[in-house]
Amino acid sequence: MSENIKSDARGAEQIIEWGESRKIETCFDRADRLKPCPIGSVGACCKVCHMGPCRLVGKDAEEEARGVCGATLPTVAARNMLRMIAAGTAAHSDHARGMAFALLAVAKGEAKDYKITDVRKLYRVAGYLGIEFEGREVNAVAKEVAEKLIEDFGRQKGEGNFITRAPKKTQERWRKWGIVPRGVDREVCEAMHRTNIGVDHDPDHLLTQGLRTALADGWLGSMISTDVTDILFGTPKPIKAEASFGIFKEDEVNLIVHGHEPLLAETLVDVVAEPEMVEYAKSKGAKGINLGGMCCTANEVLMRHGIPTAGGFTNQELGIMTGLIDAMTVDVQCIMPAITEISKKFHTKVITTSEKAKIQGAMHVEFDEHKAKEIAREIVKIAVDNFPNRTATGSHITDKAPLIAGFSHEYIEYMQGGTWRGSFRPLNDAIIAGRVRGVVGLAGCDNPRVPSTGLHHFLAKELIKNDVLIVSTGCGSAACGSAGYLTPEMALENAGPGLREVCEAIGIPPILHLGACVDNSRILTIASAMAAEGGLSDEIGGMPAVGIAPEWMSEKAIAIGCYFAASGIPVIFGGESPVEASKEVTRLMTEVWFERFMGALHFEPDPEKMLAMALQYIDTAREKLKLRKYEPGKFGAERVLMDMAARREIEKAAKPHMGIY
Amino acid sequence: MSKLIASAAIRASHTLVTRAEEMLEKAIAAHGEGHAFEFPDTAFYLPMIYAMTGFAVKTIGDMKTALGFAKELLHNEPEDALWKPYLGEALDSGMATLFAEEIILALRYIGGQEPVKDPETGYEYNGFITDTIQRNLGIQLVDGTMPGFAAIIGAAPDDDTAVTIVRELQEKNILTFLSGNVDGNSVTKQLLRKGVALGWDTRIVPLGPDTEHTLYALDWAIRASLIFGGKKAGDFKEHLKYQKDRVFAFAMVLGPLNDIIWSTGAGAINMGFPAVADTDIPVIHPTGVCTYEEVDKEFDHAKIVQKAIEVRGLKIVVEKPPIPVAYGPAFEGERIRKEDMFIEFGGQRTPAFEWVRTKELEEIEDNKVIIVGENWQERFEQGGKMPLGMVIDVAGRKMQKDFESVIERKIHHNLNEAQGLWHMGQRDINWVRISNQAKKDGLTLEHIGIIQATMTHSRFKSIVDKVQVTLYMDEKDVLALHEEAKKAYKERDERLGSMTDESVDTFYSCLLCQSFAPSHTCVITPERLGLCGAYNWLDGKAAYEIDPTGGNQPIRKGEAIDSVKGRWTGVDEYIKSATGGALDTMNAYTIMDNPMTSCGCFECIIAIVPEANGVMIVQRGHTGMTPAGMKFSTLAGSVGGGMQTPGFMGIGRNFITSKKFLYADGGLKRIVWMTKNLKESLKEKFNQRAAEEGVPDLLDKIADESNAEDSEKLLEFLSSVGHPALEMDPMF
Repeated sequence: MSENIKSDARGAEQIIEWGESRKIETCFDRADRLKPCPIGSVGACCKVCHMGPCRLVGKDAEEEARGVCGATLPTVAARNMLRMIAAGTAAHSDHARGMAFALLAVAKGEAKDYKITDVRKLYRVAGYLGIEFEGREVNAVAKEVAEKLIEDFGRQKGEGNFITRAPKKTQERWRKWGIVPRGVDREVCEAMHRTNIGVDHDPDHLLTQGLRTALADGWLGSMISTDVTDILFGTPKPIKAEASFGIFKEDEVNLIVHGHEPLLAETLVDVVAEPEMVEYAKSKGAKGINLGGMCCTANEVLMRHGIPTAGGFTNQELGIMTGLIDAMTVDVQCIMPAITEISKKFHTKVITTSEKAKIQGAMHVEFDEHKAKEIAREIVKIAVDNFPNRTATGSHITDKAPLIAGFSHEYIEYMQGGTWRGSFRPLNDAIIAGRVRGVVGLAGCDNPRVPSTGLHHFLAKELIKNDVLIVSTGCGSAACGSAGYLTPEMALENAGPGLREVCEAIGIPPILHLGACVDNSRILTIASAMAAEGGLSDEIGGMPAVGIAPEWMSEKAIAIGCYFAASGIPVIFGGESPVEASKEVTRLMTEVWFERFMGALHFEPDPEKMLAMALQYIDTAREKLKLRKYEPGKFGAERVLMDMAARREIEKAAKPHMGIY
Repeated sequence: MSKLIASAAIRASHTLVTRAEEMLEKAIAAHGEGHAFEFPDTAFYLPMIYAMTGFAVKTIGDMKTALGFAKELLHNEPEDALWKPYLGEALDSGMATLFAEEIILALRYIGGQEPVKDPETGYEYNGFITDTIQRNLGIQLVDGTMPGFAAIIGAAPDDDTAVTIVRELQEKNILTFLSGNVDGNSVTKQLLRKGVALGWDTRIVPLGPDTEHTLYALDWAIRASLIFGGKKAGDFKEHLKYQKDRVFAFAMVLGPLNDIIWSTGAGAINMGFPAVADTDIPVIHPTGVCTYEEVDKEFDHAKIVQKAIEVRGLKIVVEKPPIPVAYGPAFEGERIRKEDMFIEFGGQRTPAFEWVRTKELEEIEDNKVIIVGENWQERFEQGGKMPLGMVIDVAGRKMQKDFESVIERKIHHNLNEAQGLWHMGQRDINWVRISNQAKKDGLTLEHIGIIQATMTHSRFKSIVDKVQVTLYMDEKDVLALHEEAKKAYKERDERLGSMTDESVDTFYSCLLCQSFAPSHTCVITPERLGLCGAYNWLDGKAAYEIDPTGGNQPIRKGEAIDSVKGRWTGVDEYIKSATGGALDTMNAYTIMDNPMTSCGCFECIIAIVPEANGVMIVQRGHTGMTPAGMKFSTLAGSVGGGMQTPGFMGIGRNFITSKKFLYADGGLKRIVWMTKNLKESLKEKFNQRAAEEGVPDLLDKIADESNAEDSEKLLEFLSSVGHPALEMDPMF
């Protein structure tokens, strides 16, 4: 990875160079020009009241610096952190709320363009919620499930519904430290209250609420979104797709869905295949309609329908610069307002669709799940109508990479033994035997402040070479997918010998695409299943597992990192720390959190050091679990040969299998 | 690589499902959907489909439904490049293959094509394995004498290699199933050509000539969790976990593999059974579906058995005396016909007896074999017949006189397990033969002594410190010592006869079956032997002395809570802890109220016949209908697996003539129906007991299969003979 490039993805880099030659400005140029504020970027800026903003800087700022109200640097840094967590949680959870209400609308027959696709998953979720489903009408169960899930947002007292899906020991830690979330809205509201001028000033106390809020993101909001999306649109299973800019078609209408929500995109998948629509496109001179995606809306429809993706966050302007996108719908989160500016230089129509998000200069076609197809058809028509306006201008890139996606946690269990023997035993066994050194969740955004997607690429390659199995989501998946890493061949050519054997036995890529960033909740479910399967840690904490978000930029990433940490997974974020100014806050988020929850949140800009730290965490966890010391190429289970007496003892030692199916 | 295996497994599942469908169409056309079918002597329908799905296939029409389950498991082959994952899909396909094979074999039974008879040699394969055989093997599965199971598919490169491999498996006590062929050649044919005895007695069971016949072995395995494990039909996770943890089976594939072998193998991997091949195949080493490797290879036929055993995680301890012939339970069933015989002893042809007696430590010399007789070597070399007085003197600090009979009963096994040695009977009705082949291999009289000394040490190691064997070969010595032995037999019988549940303060548990039936616990009392018939109270006592942490534990009787029903405080406490709280209490002398549970390898089943106010008894192996409206195999389904089922109970056959037999329910007089086989074998003791009960002609008043196979006929018979049960208090 060269420091002189802006993107580590070849296609993206070509477009950037093409744009530079035409003086078209992108986030890459702006990132160059606009250095981060040195005070704000390290958490030393307080602007929660209008006596400030106060800069808590200077010699011995940790001890000496004070805001006008007397707030210390640790207070200010912790408050800033908590506000980031609250914002991130609010974003995921508002998305989840939309999904839960969509499920309710479907169950009540008010959203006729949708149906319950995965009844089995509905029943499984009903099971978690203690809702009777046998012998009942599907929609009646769905309605009760939706209503019960909606309670999670507004609940004032008690515990979130899915808290009990975590291993018992993990729950005990949460209860001991008082971080079991009540309801999403209550935690976010309380976080905002506590960070208001003159309320909570104890850094530890503030950060503890941060963890409670983050858990509301992971185990309430995000998990609800994942489950409801599976119920409505199907639980993903392996599917072939393509990634990068080569997915745009010269001779078809290119309609790109960008953002995070799946409701409109799912409808578009159906609508673009309607003969009338295809005919309409042909009447305008196109050979057909090519639906593609970007960012996490792309991941949602890629996981379930194999809709190709043009990549992650930093590709959104570049996509328009190909000149091939006839229309781009956007909903919520990670949408750069810059796209409307840039779209003016090309023919692309940017269409905002969420009632929550409008951009000046964009068309607004508000989506409503109650008349989904009608709106979707209107959008397709806009794209088709715009096709004749396409000019030759643009950086036409043909590069694309094939990939295999669709690794829901249900499929991951299935793939390890099929319908009859599916479990997490093989994965746990592989870790115990040293074939797989550990597991890393490689997730988070891509970022123009580093050679974009380059850190993902570096870590992905190095980790698999070190026999670490990767589960990826969001723009991390897009980065790996566009680079051609999400293929089974990648394991044969680049994985360490142990991981390679496991990938070969199952037929998987060494990096498993789990879905959108909201689907990081799947990692929580997987870690819980591994704990239940036995042989490793009996809680999420202590597993040889690490979370890495090397190019994070969104507050949502912070919320995710914190719910991982609170659940027991050490997390390493790239870039400079947003709380770097305060030693105390840094200590709380690393040492203290590790002691309490066996998780931590580190910030480390150097990818080599991130790698070393991740492997260190994994090896230490292996050592604590008394697992065989990892040595590349040397693995194998210790054989315990069974005589009759040993067989009679099986029952006493056996642990019941607790699958997630 | 594994993708090749997955592709092959997936391909064959399509082939077999299609074949099953075609055969099914024809069978429906010929017989109609309503045509009933069951495999011979099983209560478990098509066992694999039944255990996995809970669906009972009773007719050809049901097979159509079952084939539907298989179709749901079919998948596409992985592509050459950019393939989707295939392991789960291949395992599903393997299961589809097993379902299809089960249906195909069932249809072949309907068509009269099973069991297969070899057109060239006329050899008839075993075909489907019955429930009876499964239950007969029960005790061997758990006491270590049959630690594992091999399914050999294909043919060895030459006949001698086939023999070598099978002999090694026999010596390791492994039960071997044979199936499949390589261009028409097979291990079965190879062994037949070499004159190796095949069958259950020698633990080499040819199932059929094709790979599909391997399914019979898997059908046999899956019934272990149904019968012994008490797992519910349809609870597939539990069944498969049981198979993986407790059924130590593996496949050995000799010769090239084809898709059907791979696919059947994938089905077996679902059960945790790995495969080892002797050809250069792709391997699957990561563990988790199987305990260790799923697929492995070993080109050296001298190492392939050991490799397979290790891959399955099996530990086999073989005690072999230093003799020039092979040794192990697999040779126990071998017969020596007259023309193959070199010499014989006893059997009404010459005077003979065998006797274990206790001596003081200083009186005997350990491992010494003394042969007494004039010119005994010369006489032996001539062959024919000789008298034999076999006296085994044992001494040990923990030796008790009571153990003599326990040790003596093992003489039979000790001798029989040697290849070319045959033994029958006991005490002074014994009969021993040595085969010509064994003589040629160098077996001498002295070896008989060596076998006894070595095996007595090995089986009773902590009881016996010294063993000395004396063989008397002259008629006068034999006759003289026989008188002494007779006195000892008589004393023992009297002692045993006087031993009652009241006269001891300790019972023994038998947990041997817990390796297979984890929730069952036998309580063995002096007057109630283990339900398998293999362990009585003295055996339990001796076994505990031998291994204080083993499968037989003492139970302090404690206070009697109900001496009529046979309930004691100590037994209740023990039962509670041994079953992990699954059972609270147990009554030893009644079938109606918390009776003892059963593992699955009971000799007989007692079942209540409410209309007749009594009980019926049927033994394992009886395939006819009973007045309970169920055959043995079906009845057994409601008795096994460690459940307490009032009105139903498994017992050892000798319990019938115990004074404590259904003591609380009215005893012997409650028996209204009993098979002829039982009547015959228990006659003498039964009549004695019946006389004690005041009904000397009871046996004649008990119905059997010759006069009643349903309750209506039974009642007619009972009224006609005036059976006492009709006048007794109601059982409920």
